[in-house]
Amino acid sequence: MLRYVVRRLIGVIPTLFVLSLLLYVWLRSLPGGPATALLGDKATPEKIASLNHTLGLDQPLWVQYAKFIGRVFTGDFGSSLASSRPVGAELADALPATIELSFAALLFAVALGIPLGYLSAKLRGGFFDNFTVIATLVGVAVPVFFLGYMLKQWFAVDLGWLPPSGRVTAGLDQTKITGFLILDGILTREWDVVWDAIRHLILPAITLGTIPLAVIVRITRASILDVLNEDYVRTAEAKGLRARTIRNRHVLRNGLLPVSTTIGLQAGLLLAGAVLTEKVFVWGGIGSLLAEGIEKRDYPRLQALILVAALTYVLVNLLVDLSYALIDPRVRVR
Amino acid sequence: MLREGYVYRVRRALAAAVSVGLAVSLAACADSERGEGGDGDSNATLTIAGTGKPKNFDPIFNDDGESFRPARQIYDTLIQNKAGTAELEPALATKWDVSPDGKKITFTLREGVKFQDGTDFNAEAVCFNLDRWFNMKGAAAQSQMIYYGDVFGGWAKNETDAGGDPYYKSCEATNPTTAVMNLNKFRGALPAALTLTAFSISSPTALKKYDADKVTQSGDSFTYAPYATEHPVGTGPYKFQSYDASNGTTTLVRNEDYWGEKAKTAKLVIRTIETESARKQELESGAVDIIDFPAAQDWKGLESKGMKVEVRPAFNVLYMGMNEKNPKLKDLRVRQAIAYAINREQLVKTKLPEGAEVANEFMPKTLTGYASDVTEYKYDPAKAKQLLAAAGATNLSLKFYYPTEVTRPYMPDPKAIYTSIAADLTAVGIKIEPVARPWNGGYKDDIQQAGKHDLHLLGWTGDFNDAYNFVGTFFGREKPEFGFTDKTAFAQIAAADAEPDADKRKAAYEQVNKDLVGKYLPALPISHSPPAIATAGNIDGLVASPLTDERFYTVSKS
Amino acid sequence: MTTLLTRKKDRIDELAEHGDSLSRDAFRRLSRNPVAILGAVIVLLFVLVAIFAPLLAPKDPYFRYLIDEVRQNSPLPARPGFPLGADQNGRDVLSRLIVGARQSLIVGVLATVAGLVFGMLIGGVAGALGGWVDTLLMRFVDILLSVPSLLLAISIAAVFKSANQWTVIAAVAIVSVPIFARLLRGAMLAQRHADHVLAARALGVHERSIVLRHMLPNSLSAVIVQATLTLATSIIDAAALSFLGLGDADPNRAEWGAMLGDAQTYFDIQPSLAIWPALCIIVVALGFTLFGESLREALDPKNRR
Repeated sequence: MLRYVVRRLIGVIPTLFVLSLLLYVWLRSLPGGPATALLGDKATPEKIASLNHTLGLDQPLWVQYAKFIGRVFTGDFGSSLASSRPVGAELADALPATIELSFAALLFAVALGIPLGYLSAKLRGGFFDNFTVIATLVGVAVPVFFLGYMLKQWFAVDLGWLPPSGRVTAGLDQTKITGFLILDGILTREWDVVWDAIRHLILPAITLGTIPLAVIVRITRASILDVLNEDYVRTAEAKGLRARTIRNRHVLRNGLLPVSTTIGLQAGLLLAGAVLTEKVFVWGGIGSLLAEGIEKRDYPRLQALILVAALTYVLVNLLVDLSYALIDPRVRVR
Repeated sequence: MLREGYVYRVRRALAAAVSVGLAVSLAACADSERGEGGDGDSNATLTIAGTGKPKNFDPIFNDDGESFRPARQIYDTLIQNKAGTAELEPALATKWDVSPDGKKITFTLREGVKFQDGTDFNAEAVCFNLDRWFNMKGAAAQSQMIYYGDVFGGWAKNETDAGGDPYYKSCEATNPTTAVMNLNKFRGALPAALTLTAFSISSPTALKKYDADKVTQSGDSFTYAPYATEHPVGTGPYKFQSYDASNGTTTLVRNEDYWGEKAKTAKLVIRTIETESARKQELESGAVDIIDFPAAQDWKGLESKGMKVEVRPAFNVLYMGMNEKNPKLKDLRVRQAIAYAINREQLVKTKLPEGAEVANEFMPKTLTGYASDVTEYKYDPAKAKQLLAAAGATNLSLKFYYPTEVTRPYMPDPKAIYTSIAADLTAVGIKIEPVARPWNGGYKDDIQQAGKHDLHLLGWTGDFNDAYNFVGTFFGREKPEFGFTDKTAFAQIAAADAEPDADKRKAAYEQVNKDLVGKYLPALPISHSPPAIATAGNIDGLVASPLTDERFYTVSKS
Repeated sequence: MTTLLTRKKDRIDELAEHGDSLSRDAFRRLSRNPVAILGAVIVLLFVLVAIFAPLLAPKDPYFRYLIDEVRQNSPLPARPGFPLGADQNGRDVLSRLIVGARQSLIVGVLATVAGLVFGMLIGGVAGALGGWVDTLLMRFVDILLSVPSLLLAISIAAVFKSANQWTVIAAVAIVSVPIFARLLRGAMLAQRHADHVLAARALGVHERSIVLRHMLPNSLSAVIVQATLTLATSIIDAAALSFLGLGDADPNRAEWGAMLGDAQTYFDIQPSLAIWPALCIIVVALGFTLFGESLREALDPKNRR
């Protein structure tokens, strides 16, 4: 078991290494260097050339890459060109925001998705089932940015029930400990902050969670359907077990297995959806950093973010595979 | 083991879902109970949504409006613009005298002013600031002092290619309320340029304490000193409290010891919301009090919902460049044909906000040096075709560059403007190939460095009340942007700037403008567009500035 | 129990007699499935509109008929001759929607085909050869997959000198290559040890023949299903790229995603300007997805009971 894990982990390293090299080269082929972005309106050719020289951007590519790798090993990812803050610190600050949002989105997707999927499977063929199936297909097809905008328009502007953007009302005094606003609020007993943060979380979580919701409903439905058709369920019914017992001990236990791996995968993929959602809701998390980084050709930030994204995805995949290995011994032997 | 996990998770998830549902309904109740509006006048928090994040809070290292926005509240300058205009009025200096040869400017300073850290403002502090800029070391730091380079020419020791002969010589603090600035040569832009937020006066104590000059390069990027990122200290009506870099939110608090009228709100929060429609939603939902640069199509809608739309006088110009690197465009007749082909009146009427006007010159009407009788290129497609034929350019094909992901005061919707112009040009037989590049991702590079374009859109908002700030910046020397190489034009503009006599300078610039439009036509001036700032219905006291550098301490929230 | 067994025996006999093929069986199942029919109808309608767009559009989609009436860069409401109103350039919305179908079809089909071809090449080779070739190719695919797909698409689109429909197609295609590669490789790998392949090998059939005539066709069903699903997501991804400003630089070209992106700013003034293109995107993506999902269920041998 341990050997399997170690083997997998070692396999990750070359992937990351190649990825970082590819990233480095590709990022610098993007048109529009950071010099123009930094100089803004007043850029003239001399100033641009001068700044490029100052930044060391006119040196050969492999020299720049070597220096970059050297710094990475000392933990220095450089400073963001857009914000002039160390990239590591930036990432650390933004991570709680995205984790909070992703968690809320996943919670929404799971809390609604599994019951809906289960009901849909049980009531197969009925109106509810057909409606749900179509709804999930639509849910995947709606452009995320459009959905976010519409939710804002209805709930924030027209109805005024929820705030339109940000994590918290501007100017609200809050003490930051971990960066997780809700947690911090609870720890410091600032209940107005907790309440405020929750209200701000609702719309973005629904926006980000809609696609995972649709996927989870579909997978749950399909998986429960498969299980319901299995012989052992029929056996249990024939044995005369109570419906609730059958459901809990046989159907759910087996049916939710593929669902759990899907949830794991969705968690890893939430980062991508977060880019659009965070832009629409001005969230200030990793997704916002990404969007700004691309817009401003912020090489240091983009490099670090993409590497982190890749690492996260790979780790999540590893966790999912590990959970398979735990359950299914055949996988380990290969 | 597994089973418990799943059931538990499902149950817990369901419970969470129920509480979320409760929360939403409670939120609706709570909101209506809490009610709109602030907690009374002077304890209110004023929230503003801008379009971009500030770079840092030491204005000498910045050049963009969004970085200047918080700085405008934290600091004062020696001279300021009268609110709502581009006229000079006293700020930290109550009087200023320029010697006849223009090489000595004497400032009489305001008494009894203190910096926000309690130290005194005096002539020594002024000279400290001026000398600090002049003596700034390091290529990294100097490369970031854009306005300083433009106005003062160079540094004590130039460490970048951008530095030239410095205009600044020295500063003397003859007594605590008199500071004398000595220049090597006359500079037409001074002292008006001292209204620029970039030249704000910082507390020398704080500058020293927080290593303000330490601008370093690490890897590919810059790091600024703690002064610039966390401890800016000025004399202004608001003090810096904190900055949240993850979403670009700056929090300022009232300076109770301000020398002038105290700020009407206790807190000022400046948020960053880049998308215009998102900003509009913020204002409409009551989450912010003021938004900058609402789109033209939204003005009426906002007003009908009870918001106030303050329109700033247009102190800008939008032009379309015609790159003479393309030999076809080197022929004046072709450029004139293009000028006649474009229906600028229709563009202004249909695409730009109310109050926009066709531009006939490269600077706004209110600037000294504006000529009242330049060549007008009235819409005449027949004449355009005629000129094209005469120049042998009937099958002209041009690359037209326009920027994306940007709103500028002079160019509220680049795509819309491009579409109109392209349609007009196509109608007279010119084939247009559109090239869209992101503002921060290649547009400026391609236009200003590589000169890859044939036609492009760009413009300028005036920084201060001086004609060179417009025509000199555009056509003061050879630039890849225009491929314009006429040395007599450069000399003409330089001569106008160097002329110390006010009347002669005015006449010289008027001639420059006449020639630029009639004789040289390196680009076509298109429009002057008034940018707006929108506030909620319960906001009063905002005076919109043509230079888009409002100060918010006069704004109250009821 | 007895009835079940009898039914199965009849089925086997039937199969043995008619040598029923997978596709015929699938077709029969599809034609009985209402969801599949709905999907097929939508797809067919879409393709027809896209092909005959210039004939169907009532007006010239590029001409600025009502430009003189436009104020503050705002769209115009519906009126005789312009049933869905005019956009902020005075152009007919209905005509632009119709022509936009063609644009979406082109982008979707080309992107999917490109992704499919390259993906199959990579996946097919990896699956057929196995060993270090497999490992190397799959590493490459993994790297592509480890980057969030939207980011990948944005990055690719941003590299090109100027954005146009070809850059959008390329970006969307490249994002789908790893999916097809993985898919085909998985299917091929599963087959390497399948009975019919072993049998063919035992009989001494040429390796290339085995790949082409035995492994590929059996893997194709999964690929076809994925292709229809990818077509749906291509249309959505292209819309997202347009929204982010990385779509076609020419604002004249009528494309649903660009129209949606533009229309968002006018939502309070004229919501229909955004709703029409959004509806089109959703319905077409839905159609392809419905059809694809039904196809998958139909082609799934497990359903042959």
